[in-house]
Amino acid sequence: MRTPVFVLIEIVIAVALYLAFHFFGNDYLFFAGYTVLQFIVLATAWNILGGYCGYVNFGSAGFFAIGAYTSVCLFTIGQAPEDVFPAAILPAMQAIFPLPVPVIIVIAGIMAGLVGLGTGYLTLRLRGVFFAIATLALAVVLQTLIVNWSFVGGSRGAYVIPANTVPVFGPYIQYLFALMLLLVIVALTSARLIERSSLGVGFATIRDDELAAEACGVPTLKLKLIATVLSGALMGMAGAPFPFYIGYTEPGSVFDLGYAINSIAMPMIGGTTSWAGPLIGAILLGTMQQVATVTISSAVNLLIVGLLLIGFVIVAPSGIVGLWQSWFGKRSKP
Amino acid sequence: MTAPILRIEQLSKRFGGFVALDGVDLAVAPGERLGLIGPNGSGKSTLVNCICGTLRNEDGKVSFDGAQIDGLIAHERTRLGLARSFQLPRPFMSMTVAENIHVPLIYTVGARARHHLSAAELDQRCMELLALVALDGKARHYPRDLTQVEMRKLELARAVAAEPKLLIADEAMAGLSHSEVEDIVKLLIRLNERGITIIMIEHIMRAVMAFSQRLAVLVSGKKIADGTPDDVIKDKDVVGAYLGT
Amino acid sequence: MDFSLLMNAVIAGLLIGAFYAAVTCGISISFGMLDVVNIAHPAFIILGSYIAYIVNTHYGLDPILVSIIALPAFYALGAAVYQIFYVSFEKRGQDSLRGLAFFFGLLFVTEVFLVLVFGVDYRSVDAVYIGSSLHLGPVELPLRLLVPCTVSLVMFAGLQVFLGRTFVGRAVMAVSQDPLALRLMAVDPTRIKRIAFALSIATASLAGACLIIIQPVIPSVGRDYIGRIFAICVLGGLGSLPGTLIAALLLGVIESITATFYGPSWAPAVSFGLLLLTLAVRPSGLLGR
Repeated sequence: MRTPVFVLIEIVIAVALYLAFHFFGNDYLFFAGYTVLQFIVLATAWNILGGYCGYVNFGSAGFFAIGAYTSVCLFTIGQAPEDVFPAAILPAMQAIFPLPVPVIIVIAGIMAGLVGLGTGYLTLRLRGVFFAIATLALAVVLQTLIVNWSFVGGSRGAYVIPANTVPVFGPYIQYLFALMLLLVIVALTSARLIERSSLGVGFATIRDDELAAEACGVPTLKLKLIATVLSGALMGMAGAPFPFYIGYTEPGSVFDLGYAINSIAMPMIGGTTSWAGPLIGAILLGTMQQVATVTISSAVNLLIVGLLLIGFVIVAPSGIVGLWQSWFGKRSKP
Repeated sequence: MTAPILRIEQLSKRFGGFVALDGVDLAVAPGERLGLIGPNGSGKSTLVNCICGTLRNEDGKVSFDGAQIDGLIAHERTRLGLARSFQLPRPFMSMTVAENIHVPLIYTVGARARHHLSAAELDQRCMELLALVALDGKARHYPRDLTQVEMRKLELARAVAAEPKLLIADEAMAGLSHSEVEDIVKLLIRLNERGITIIMIEHIMRAVMAFSQRLAVLVSGKKIADGTPDDVIKDKDVVGAYLGT
Repeated sequence: MDFSLLMNAVIAGLLIGAFYAAVTCGISISFGMLDVVNIAHPAFIILGSYIAYIVNTHYGLDPILVSIIALPAFYALGAAVYQIFYVSFEKRGQDSLRGLAFFFGLLFVTEVFLVLVFGVDYRSVDAVYIGSSLHLGPVELPLRLLVPCTVSLVMFAGLQVFLGRTFVGRAVMAVSQDPLALRLMAVDPTRIKRIAFALSIATASLAGACLIIIQPVIPSVGRDYIGRIFAICVLGGLGSLPGTLIAALLLGVIESITATFYGPSWAPAVSFGLLLLTLAVRPSGLLGR
């Protein structure tokens, strides 16, 4: 299937989904659906570095937070530009701010991508294990910095109150939902493009045998940096609308452990070798968690995710996609 | 000799307190067939790793095609024309045999030419290379389905796919049968006739003698002999340290 | 600068640093020597803390004593975990991604399980020595720090003796360097690795008891220690027990000084920041192989 056709199909499904929810009438679907879409982006992003290259990122919450706090920052500036900018450029800034959400998303992606580049540059020359530990370190360092930064509210948190309604979409949540749908399309399309390109081949060699990859001429450090930047940027973009979604942003909810475990569990359970794996994993686990949080408790549902991760990793290492392929025979790539 | 394609001067490599290579000097002429022998642990694989950039040598210089390459990273050296096969084959297990060959075609040949090889070109070159090692029938198979000797051939084919000027074959024949060894020797000679300089590292003396125009001997990190095969195998030190009577 | 404040910060840092060494020596074994990235180690430590807490609260036994009694159970747990890890991952080949995910899952599940059972209130233990201190002139040595410090040093020394002097211990050191040679000596490397890993988990029992003596615990405390453990491991040089001790003491002192003069909210960043710095500048650590 050529890429333009794939994108077209994605857009059709996205529009259909949006309209279906819209006519259902209850905003709850949008709120719950937003979380699942967010997970699809996070899982897909994680998989670019984790599944394709074999480098585990434990700090997804950190990149997510960079996105979220870029939003908080830009929103806070937008509320009172006169507090931040010197008089010389103030008129220009007042014209630009407050920034529309899509612009904020792009800026957040760039910020997160830069952090990914920096971390990667420091640690990707070492074994994959050290990179994983460094990502863990990164998330904690970021959290400590944010907690101590009063401009974004520190540990007290910050309020981001968007408009109540938006032209065309109606309730603000529906607007955010549509933006997230767009991000999902971007993420899935990027992942699929990478998979089928020579970049994807390079990533796979890094995963399989980095030493042999170098001997074949693959510039492993450069490719790993590309993967880290792409992965981090997507995660940052997923985090950018979050303050608008949740209204009150405090470090605990942004650096929630659930993000770390889910962005690993969803691709690993869904299947790490294809763009479809994170999608399946996110939809299944995301929906399950929405149901469980309401019916049981949020702690129990995290427990289930953790147990599923351990179970799948032991029993079905290729994930659901792998199980599908072994039951129905290996098919050519979709 | 005319300007050597590979020149190693006073190469030394230590692992903690252990001296793996001690002041090794070696020059390889373009188009030459050099054999490198020595007991286990003498430093042969370490030497290969230092030449190819997998390891960094502490002292000494490595020059390839007239230019010093000590600071270059492994993939840069491959792109310059230096290729090697691994002693224990390291195929990319999640990719088919054909896809394994695609990797150096994309990342070395394509990178050198600075243009993307089309899918058709990739396929065509890939099949040519596989035919060279008689693996074209197994193009769609995975490495886990291959026999030992087929894996060795894949390893060599992948190294050759990088269109090297110099190929280092690191114990490509260990554990193979008589006829399989002959196959590989013939293959290497065929490759040499195409203009590729080859360094063969081996224990199988029959193969080494049949293949080499020149022979070097490494013992405990030092080169103790370097000359024509007939001279070297009669050398007292070589006989004492490695060959036995 | 208040000199006695600084001095007490340094002393407290040294005492805690010794405890950090006890916390880390398990990982020095599993990661440094066996190359098993057991990031779930802090979870086992917290488990040890909670077990000490339950028995101490219900039966009044001293927490250190409880942890010693629990040693065989932890050893068995460690052996079981290693067996699962070995059969699922190590035997199948190189996939470190799955191994890491497995241990991360264990860490996560343990924490959530503890939250479900014990909730998020801080738990602490009662023992005779908690609350009092030794006063040596201007220097104050709180017993709640001194006792765990002593226990930690004893355990550390015991481990060092075991690794250096006994056959099994030396086999453990050998297995990380040359499993083939070990096999040629008719010793099963897998069995040795299992023993070593089980031992590393057993240390978690003692470390857990020490932890809950030093500070009250909640399940998420484990995550604070991941950074410290790996910072110490990397700084000290993987697989080097003496390096671990030096690095642990160093970290303890730096953290203590930072907390005293800049406030405790910066403490988590110290260890992780140190880790990032070490990884960037000297990944083989101070005394690395």
